[in-house]
Amino acid sequence: MKKPRISRREVEHIAWLAHIELTEEEKTLFTEQLNEILEYFRKIDSADTEGVSPTYHVLDLVNVYREDEVQESLTREEALSNAPKKERGFLKAPRIV
Amino acid sequence: MPELYELTGREVSEKIRSRELTVKEYISSILERIRKVEEKVHAFVTVLEEDALKRAEEIDRKADCGHGLGRLCGVAVAVKDNICTKGVRTTCSSRMLKDFVPPYNATVIERLLREDAVIIGKTNMDEFAMGSTTETSYFGATRNPWNPTLVPGGSSGGSAAAVAAGEATLALGSDTGGSIRCPASYCNVVGLKPTYGLVSRYGLIAYANSLEQIGPITIDTYDCALLLSVIAGHDPKDSTSVKTPRRDYVDFLEGGVEGFKIGVPSEFFGEGVDARVKECVWRAIHTLESLGATYEEVSLPSLEYALPAYYIIAMSEASSNLARYDGLRYGYRVEEDSWDWPTVYSKSRRVGFGAEVRRRIILGTYALSAGYYDQYYLKALKIRTLIRRDFEKAFEKFNLLAGPTMPVPPFRIGEKIQNPLELYMCDILTVPANLTGGPAVTVPCGFVDGLPVGLQLMGRPFREDLLLRAAKAYGDRAGFEGLRPKL
Repeated sequence: MKKPRISRREVEHIAWLAHIELTEEEKTLFTEQLNEILEYFRKIDSADTEGVSPTYHVLDLVNVYREDEVQESLTREEALSNAPKKERGFLKAPRIV
Repeated sequence: MPELYELTGREVSEKIRSRELTVKEYISSILERIRKVEEKVHAFVTVLEEDALKRAEEIDRKADCGHGLGRLCGVAVAVKDNICTKGVRTTCSSRMLKDFVPPYNATVIERLLREDAVIIGKTNMDEFAMGSTTETSYFGATRNPWNPTLVPGGSSGGSAAAVAAGEATLALGSDTGGSIRCPASYCNVVGLKPTYGLVSRYGLIAYANSLEQIGPITIDTYDCALLLSVIAGHDPKDSTSVKTPRRDYVDFLEGGVEGFKIGVPSEFFGEGVDARVKECVWRAIHTLESLGATYEEVSLPSLEYALPAYYIIAMSEASSNLARYDGLRYGYRVEEDSWDWPTVYSKSRRVGFGAEVRRRIILGTYALSAGYYDQYYLKALKIRTLIRRDFEKAFEKFNLLAGPTMPVPPFRIGEKIQNPLELYMCDILTVPANLTGGPAVTVPCGFVDGLPVGLQLMGRPFREDLLLRAAKAYGDRAGFEGLRPKL
């Protein structure tokens, strides 16, 4: 059997980096599916890209500037209107330490 | 006489302008239609019945007072639920955003309202636009109005199904790798992905921002040109929107295809493309020939790598774009007092995101991570350059490229959803236009066993005028545009 592209441990690590909890069942399923997908992605290995520069973006825009003028913005209430938890006009974050 | 809900956008606005029809009568007919067929189709996440009726009355009053009416006066537009609507929840069909009510409008919404359109509802989609079937929606699958056991395509499946079923007259979708063209093709309607930068993305909830554009989904090519004219144009709020002169695409529709040179990429008729679909599309190409165009087969060898390159780029961008869902400022959050922030963050994202979204974020994180970046992400970006070059070269010779939109006809709900890779393969003919940034349109070109097939036309950047002109010439001759399913 070919060496898997990505191990269960790596899937756990990447999910941790991405801040996504996975169940034990999902770890098994995702490892299997991700291997299949990555195996297919490796098709790109055979493309000759020697000396080719990457296209990050199709437009040739660089920086777009505008005058730094004060404009109407959301009120505090509006800005907080979708926050799952808030207190005294602030967002309430989970425990940090 | 067609029912009011069957009129095209052009007909509705003309009849309302001439006061042959009131907005209220027409909107009532649309709402009645929704009540009748929505249970079978499930095109909407939110139907704005009250708002739409109120707005209908406003526009009727405006008309009675002799005030000038906008180009889309009274026309019912369905809007994909990843486009922000002020005061109306915008869910991306995700549990993560199920209660998200944007405090502002996307620029395209402001433009619709300025032209007196009526937003009739927010349409169902694959969660965060990640899918080709509208099955990954947190709110359940949308069904194909031509056969409710089949998928409508995706990710803008609700928008395409709503137009086909007469639940809306026009619709907006978004297209990252085919998400407008796929469902338009599967529902026998017209769908256009504009050139990257032509339509503002301000207020479009990001999935893969270097690839996606908002665009029209309509019953015919005229309506497509009309809606595009309204939404296109530079927007200072989107730094990737391009300063192009404003155009009325309706003005370019007539004129035919006499003298057009059409390239037919052999890669669009390769292995994996259903023989009956190929036959349908070849007939369409011969119809264009009979209208005065010439065609020639051409090879774009880099297309072999388009699909994996697309998915690597899209997933990488997604992993970055969706990092914002931290359950702090908005979005779903699960919490217990004893949990620290990484626990809250990762549990909220586990519950808030469906499996496909999590899969793509994880794959994207992997492709961008140390040790794999060059192998996957950077390599994919270089392939993007190769594909752009191949297309640029082809467009030196041809006005348009033509091929099928989808490799296979619509399939059964549930048939492919368990196998992500098999589903990804469905996008093989639509992703090239997102990688190059050029415009692409799908128009109805016939049926296979009673199921719609779409002809895809691709053009040079900012030449939507040529695409629509060819689409109109073809549509007028072929007669598949405007055909609706029996529901």
